[in-house]
Amino acid sequence: MEVGFTLNGKARRLDVPAHWTLLRMLRDIAGSTDVKHGCGEGVCGACAVLVDGVAMNSCSVLAPQVDGATVETVGGLAAGGKLHPLQAEMVMRGGVQCGFCTPGMVLSALEAVRIGAAGSDEEIRHSLAGNLCRCTGYGKIVDAVAAYRDGEAPDDVPADAGEHEHRPEGGGSAASPGVGVGH
Amino acid sequence: MSDVEVEAGSRIVGAGIARHDAVEKVQGQTVYAADFALPRMLHAMLKRSDYAHARLRGVDVSAAEAIDGVVAVYTAADVPQNTVWVDVPGQTLEVGALKARSNVLADEVVRYHGEPVALVAAESEDAALAAVDAIVVDYEPLPVVDDPEHALDDDAPDLHESGNLLAHWEIEEGEVEAGFAGAAAVVEEEYRTQFIDHAYLEPEAGVAWRDTDGVITIRAATQVVEHFRDVARILELPDNKVRLITPYVGGGFGGKEDMTVEPYLGIVAALTGRPVRMVWSRQESLTARQNRHAVRMRYRTGADAEGRLVAMDIDILSDGGAYALLSALVLLYSTTCAAGPYRCPNVRISARTVYTNHTPCSAMRGFGGMQVALGYEGQMDRLARELGIDPLEIRRRNFVERGDRLPIGQELETVVELPALVEAVGERAGERPEPSGPRRAVGRGYACNLQSYGRCIWLNDWSSAWVGFELDGTLVIRIAVPDIGGGQASSLIQIASEVLGVPPQRVTIHIGDSALNPLTGTTTATRQLYMSGNAVLKASRELRDALAGVAAGLLEVDAERVEFGPDGVSGGGASVSFEKLLAAAASVDVPWHVLATHHAPKGIPWQADESWRGRVFPDFTYGCHAVDVEVDLDTGGVRLLRYIAGHDVGRAINPVSVEGQIEGAVAMGLGYALSERIVFEEAQNLSTTFSQYLIPTAVEMPRIESLVLESGEGMGPFNARGIGEPPIGPPAPAVAAAIHDACGVALTELPFTPERVATAIAVAGGGDGAG
Ligand code: FES
Ligand code: FES
Repeated sequence: MEVGFTLNGKARRLDVPAHWTLLRMLRDIAGSTDVKHGCGEGVCGACAVLVDGVAMNSCSVLAPQVDGATVETVGGLAAGGKLHPLQAEMVMRGGVQCGFCTPGMVLSALEAVRIGAAGSDEEIRHSLAGNLCRCTGYGKIVDAVAAYRDGEAPDDVPADAGEHEHRPEGGGSAASPGVGVGH
Repeated sequence: MSDVEVEAGSRIVGAGIARHDAVEKVQGQTVYAADFALPRMLHAMLKRSDYAHARLRGVDVSAAEAIDGVVAVYTAADVPQNTVWVDVPGQTLEVGALKARSNVLADEVVRYHGEPVALVAAESEDAALAAVDAIVVDYEPLPVVDDPEHALDDDAPDLHESGNLLAHWEIEEGEVEAGFAGAAAVVEEEYRTQFIDHAYLEPEAGVAWRDTDGVITIRAATQVVEHFRDVARILELPDNKVRLITPYVGGGFGGKEDMTVEPYLGIVAALTGRPVRMVWSRQESLTARQNRHAVRMRYRTGADAEGRLVAMDIDILSDGGAYALLSALVLLYSTTCAAGPYRCPNVRISARTVYTNHTPCSAMRGFGGMQVALGYEGQMDRLARELGIDPLEIRRRNFVERGDRLPIGQELETVVELPALVEAVGERAGERPEPSGPRRAVGRGYACNLQSYGRCIWLNDWSSAWVGFELDGTLVIRIAVPDIGGGQASSLIQIASEVLGVPPQRVTIHIGDSALNPLTGTTTATRQLYMSGNAVLKASRELRDALAGVAAGLLEVDAERVEFGPDGVSGGGASVSFEKLLAAAASVDVPWHVLATHHAPKGIPWQADESWRGRVFPDFTYGCHAVDVEVDLDTGGVRLLRYIAGHDVGRAINPVSVEGQIEGAVAMGLGYALSERIVFEEAQNLSTTFSQYLIPTAVEMPRIESLVLESGEGMGPFNARGIGEPPIGPPAPAVAAAIHDACGVALTELPFTPERVATAIAVAGGGDGAG
């Protein structure tokens, strides 16, 4: 069947079997491999996308359900050659390791900040409870979301890794001021 | 606490630079293994065993082959070399000479639930799935071996021709019984750890195709580029006819150390000549990929009245599951680390790993060195209580020092900063928090550990790297390193940038390709920064030396006075761009690149002789952790309030990455402590979805504070020590100690679920007077 929706600002009409999930349609037909398949059972959050601004696990939504809707994936966030400020915070604060949870994590966090569900570290943690990360222990992700919420993000981080300046002082996050004995 | 001398001109090493790969990952641009596609690509899937132990009376693939779109269905007989032999090192001849077998596809007998029985290749995923369902397997169920305690009984069925003893290590140093006779206190306990899964977010996946000159090329999520050789054996091809490429990997933790999809992709690509993709579902990953060994440990430990250890008797029995894989080496790590970072003159260690019908066990972060931390740290806490000594103080009195030998005979060559770590962690921990309400108790626990970095030195490990300039002054690193998320690639950029002056954003690194990049060994065993970092450092320094000679002529200064900066070289008040320098170098036949190899220390392998003692690993990383917990005395729920993890990392190349490794490993260790376990019933795996296998979410995790000490001593580049695995050891024993501190119950079996904690509290009298 035909599904018509807006994907990262572009109108799309795709022919898709009615029983396919949104995740499968996005990855296999729309070519949005920025949406990740982590479990296929609605638990890990790696497949999260924004459907009309609401974070949803795309493995648990059928493709025809987004007919007429607006779908945003993490690949659509950077604009004008600059990372979205939340993306910039994730990079700068070490919130990205293997990166497989990152697309879903960023979108869930964006929604949480937008609806005011990221007021404290504890609220951020609850808002991200549906997004598993096996690499980071979550602390640096929470820090990145809090910094974005507080508008600390540098708003000019290039989206091209080759143009990336490093943050020279680097090192310790607020949580671990003891880093770098001898520096 | 020793200060690090910051190398003159140090600018990039030691800075928490933003990782180039993170910039792409955060935008979803990274092309992971499952994101890659080729035209006319087939889809491969495995038919897996429903039984944990059964004879295969027949595998009927005719209905599957008849399905529209199915291109091939393979069983064991179709695989050119179906049997893979693993060398099993072991102490005695009966096991030492053993070669252990595993099969690419099950042959006659299946030995675990989920073992691959047949391989399907089809034009679509739907057709492949239908074919898998249409394969009819006729099983004759056999009795399962699911209790390692009974695997060696006379009446237990032998799972392999060699019997059920997979490997064992025995050590005896000093006079153990005499040591106990003189002890003021002896504590004895049995500890049990569970099977767990790596649970990285990226399931196993890859694509393969037959490339020019018949080279079977596999692009897959793996920690080991060198598996191209294993695939070549299976395909009966020369090693140079298989190529393995690793894209950035979505987590490994040891779970992508053994092969996963690689052999199956190779078979389909070689036998059909078509490109093929295989992606495992989460259910397959949880059901059938290797696990962490469940271990039963019996510890008897004696100390004198001052708390100094006088004797240890340690018996370890690990469940290796159905096939050998890396169990013997994992057990060697347990044996090496069993006594912990403590001195003890009289030690007996007996360690065995046995075959059962559980999912095969193999590598996982901490690799046998971490399970034993529950034992040796549990014993230190028991002795502390028995003798009325503060738990940190009793540890302080027993820490090993440089020059000491571990029971296995290895001398410790670098500084052991445990006293400084204990001090720093104790100080950071500060005041204890108050309970949040009635019937809640707060407790604090500490745990220390040692964990090796670098592979067992008998393996003659080496790493190569190529570093070269481009004419425009940009720099290229070529190295077949798999980057599994820990910043393996970006740390190498930092090292080259530090030496050659080129800013990180103008360095490009080509990773993980066995055909085009110098081999550098596995991303396992906390060896990658240590080994490939040293290789890149060596190549960079040699390149710098060669070019400095040329620059000296241009600048008319001594070569030692040539400075390498972002845009070129300078000295004596003059400067020359890289373009000019490189042109000058070419005119005098000085190449712009260097290929260098770093070799790890060597040693004499374990001999089949009980008196062998010697060096097993290059070196160790040490840590001290503290945790505050609150126990709900009615439900047994354990809330993690605060966590501090201190490690001496020698030198932090990228402090943000170092913290990331520590925090991630601690989180994994806390999942191990409190919630994770694979449940088997008669060797049937019941934990096959993420809703049944519970890894920690952001809600359960406390803020993990890394306390990074830089002693300036380590065997890695710039004196770094490995940090990928070490922080996973202390969390479980630290949580055990904290629960005891809170409510007086001593737990010995992981994980410490609410049921277990509540039961222990009830047995102990309900927790009245706790806290
Ligand atoms: S893939 Fe959708 S929640 Fe895991
Ligand atoms: S960064 Fe690897 S799962 Fe989160």
